Amino acid sequence: MSGFHIQKLDRRRFLQLSGLTGSGLLLGVAVIDSDPAHAAANTLAPSAFAPSAFLQISSEGIVIYATQPEIGQGVRTSIPMILAEELDVAWKDVEIRIASIDAKRYGVQTAGGSTATPRSWNPMRRAGAVARAMLIEAAAREWNVSASECRTRDSKVMHAASGRRAHYRDLAEVAATLPVPDADTLQLKTRTEYRLLNTRVRATDGRDLVSGRPTYASDVRIPGMLYAMYVKCPRIGGKVRAANLDAVRSLPGIVDIFVLEGNGDLTELKPGVALLARDTWSALSARRALRIEWDESSAASDDWPSTLAKARELAPAGGDDATGSDLIAERGDVATAFASAKKTLQATYSYAFLSHAQLEPQNCVARPLAGGGMELWPPSQTPQRAQTAVAKLLGVAEANVTIHPQRLGGGFGRRLNNDVACEAAAIAARAQAPIKLQWIREDDMTNDVVRAGGLMALQGALDARGRLTGWRNHQITFSPDGKRIVSGGTLRADEDFAPLLPAVRITRSVLPWSSPCGFWRAPGASAFAFPLQSFLHEMSIAAGRDHLEFLLELLGEPRWLPPANAGALNTARAAGVLRLAAEKAGWGKRLPEGRALGIAFYFSHTAHVAEVAEVSVDAAQHITVHAVTVAVDVGPVVNLNGAEAQCQGSVIDGLSAMAAQQLTHRNGVIDEKNFDRYALRRIGSEPRIDIHFLQSDFPPSGLGEPVLPPVAPAICNAVFSACGQRIRSLPISAEGFSI
Amino acid sequence: MSKIELNVNGQWQTVDDVPPDMPLLWVLRDRLGLTGTRFGCGMAQCGACTVHLEGNPVRACSVPASAAVGSRITTIEGLAAADGTLHAVQQAWLEHDVAQCGYCQSGQIMSATALLARNSKPSDADIDAAMAGNICRCGTYVRIRKAIHSAATALRARI
Repeated sequence: MSGFHIQKLDRRRFLQLSGLTGSGLLLGVAVIDSDPAHAAANTLAPSAFAPSAFLQISSEGIVIYATQPEIGQGVRTSIPMILAEELDVAWKDVEIRIASIDAKRYGVQTAGGSTATPRSWNPMRRAGAVARAMLIEAAAREWNVSASECRTRDSKVMHAASGRRAHYRDLAEVAATLPVPDADTLQLKTRTEYRLLNTRVRATDGRDLVSGRPTYASDVRIPGMLYAMYVKCPRIGGKVRAANLDAVRSLPGIVDIFVLEGNGDLTELKPGVALLARDTWSALSARRALRIEWDESSAASDDWPSTLAKARELAPAGGDDATGSDLIAERGDVATAFASAKKTLQATYSYAFLSHAQLEPQNCVARPLAGGGMELWPPSQTPQRAQTAVAKLLGVAEANVTIHPQRLGGGFGRRLNNDVACEAAAIAARAQAPIKLQWIREDDMTNDVVRAGGLMALQGALDARGRLTGWRNHQITFSPDGKRIVSGGTLRADEDFAPLLPAVRITRSVLPWSSPCGFWRAPGASAFAFPLQSFLHEMSIAAGRDHLEFLLELLGEPRWLPPANAGALNTARAAGVLRLAAEKAGWGKRLPEGRALGIAFYFSHTAHVAEVAEVSVDAAQHITVHAVTVAVDVGPVVNLNGAEAQCQGSVIDGLSAMAAQQLTHRNGVIDEKNFDRYALRRIGSEPRIDIHFLQSDFPPSGLGEPVLPPVAPAICNAVFSACGQRIRSLPISAEGFSI
Repeated sequence: MSKIELNVNGQWQTVDDVPPDMPLLWVLRDRLGLTGTRFGCGMAQCGACTVHLEGNPVRACSVPASAAVGSRITTIEGLAAADGTLHAVQQAWLEHDVAQCGYCQSGQIMSATALLARNSKPSDADIDAAMAGNICRCGTYVRIRKAIHSAATALRARI
């Protein structure tokens, strides 16, 4: 855990910066990240503190700052709840405000990798505890009693013997004069003492969302703003050779049109033609008349149908002794395990390239500042990196780039990249005018940083007692240069169950692929869980054993893998969720004719998740998913409402992706350009989703991602049990199935 | 290019220089500043831009503003009562904490209110049919369905 310390703001600065005008100040507690990477923060004198407080208490009220990007995962509510719990404040008394984007003040501000909750857990708890201790001390001094005799509840300090009580608001002025206690000396609440965490709290900005108030980056309007579009080559990486700029410039509503060269990084600024208009429709209309001659000499030529065919040949052949594959991990005597096996099995699985398809298309408002700087409103999961990227692009200091935090209309990993901020900055800088860059859906689908597809050729060996004794995995993945694997396409040596097996050999072959790939909800795991957990089911059947019992045997004795690392797979926690999911779903129960259960486990983002699907399959290979039972161990649950929402959404997203989603690159061009060709699941026949949390005192894991990976293998395993057909390709539509 | 007059949320709005093919969506968002109606796909696939024309749900990205002249247009901003009281559907959305990213929810709510205006007790199949044009990328369908049923109950209780 990176260090941090807690300080109060001085009165003058607090008043000045918090914008509060009430009399009777005031407690401002700032939690400063003292990670060496943010060392500058520690050099600030207390008087120099900006409104960096995670928490401000004054006679006017109690404000908790939401510091992490909100992409639908609920962190504007859940993370302030962590502080509020330790502060012992009544939630109705809390006002949530959005923190500015500032690494020096807030440390890392990122929505990615399900890290926001675990990263915030200790700083927020300790900030709450420190403030609570100071408020108690303030009350004790006022009342001339011992602090140890005082208790807190619902924003008040109470002294039982005298019956006195005071609201935090009224203690803040005195509290602000007190020294800040060392957080290490304070006792944090235990899980059984929680009154707010693990309850159902509604999203703080719900009313804005249902009322259509300006909420997203795309709703931002600033004075004098021009509406921009940026047209890039359909073949990724193509450059502008010529365009009918003059003809388009004269069209109605068009203010300017120009070519940008790009900065050489396809995930930042691609070459293209910028159109500036008085409104979006004028830009879109003029765009239809735009004729661009592209130089495609260095454009991508990725072709999925031919690549898939090549990979299908390569995958099974490359398993063990093939030349050309890279060894990822080897443990035990794999050759002997297979040579002495009672039974062996092999199968090849594939998974398609996917689009993020977040519903709010990419967009960004940008305004040039005097001196070459830029002010931006980007929908970014990594706003601090947007600041860095734009500063680098414009050749200015980061201090000259201001990023305004935005609520995102979906992230799913797409907005870890800041290409749209770079484009908006480049266009605004060139035009020297405030602009709003709007991508249309076709821009979004064809300029995504896509989830890499791939294949796995798996082999397993069983001994005479039906135990899994050997395992080979040959993965086919991609690389632009033969060395660097595409983002999200790397199979780790310890991926999932590999460390549990006595003899393992994991190899990898790499095919060329130049189009940008990126992280998609549960990177790696979202693809790998399907082959790995499906093949384990195949092995259990070959062994003639119950799948659950087979998995539990593999998990073996309770231990950490690797040992003593709380971020690692823990076999007891894994077994715990498997047993819980099985019990709640009625594993082994008698089912109506044609129905079957399937189970899958996956460990990702430090979360242990098991799911059981109940399905039936008709003669036309249409699958009905009647129920999905989800068992999750993410340590303590923060906001039960939000946690269940993430589980429900992940199940639907998993169904949606496995059913029919795939991107088809043909000679560098993506076929699927809008939702008519890329099927996002609609309402109708959602399964019953039963969610069970196995709560514990382990540090919390995030929940935005880890429930998704087990969905496809749980359903496909159930499909096999229901109808005897093994699905080995995603999407399942490729094998004639539908959901 | 022509000047048009639109009746939006009970108010007459004059909009200058509207090309005949300019979708209602961009008039609402860019010209009138009503950004609660959202852009998702531009081809009536996702429903993020759903508004009411004479009470019927339409995709504003695919309806020319010129075709909406003379019709009562209702957007998400016009759904609550003048005193700020939320429509029963909006209230149900809050109670069920439906939204995740929330971007599609204006459109979902407009489709749901149109449904309940003509069907006070929709079945699950009615909901499937009426809401089929609205994609939620976050997958909030379980809660959308519950919220529609509970809004229907609340509305029936008022009659």
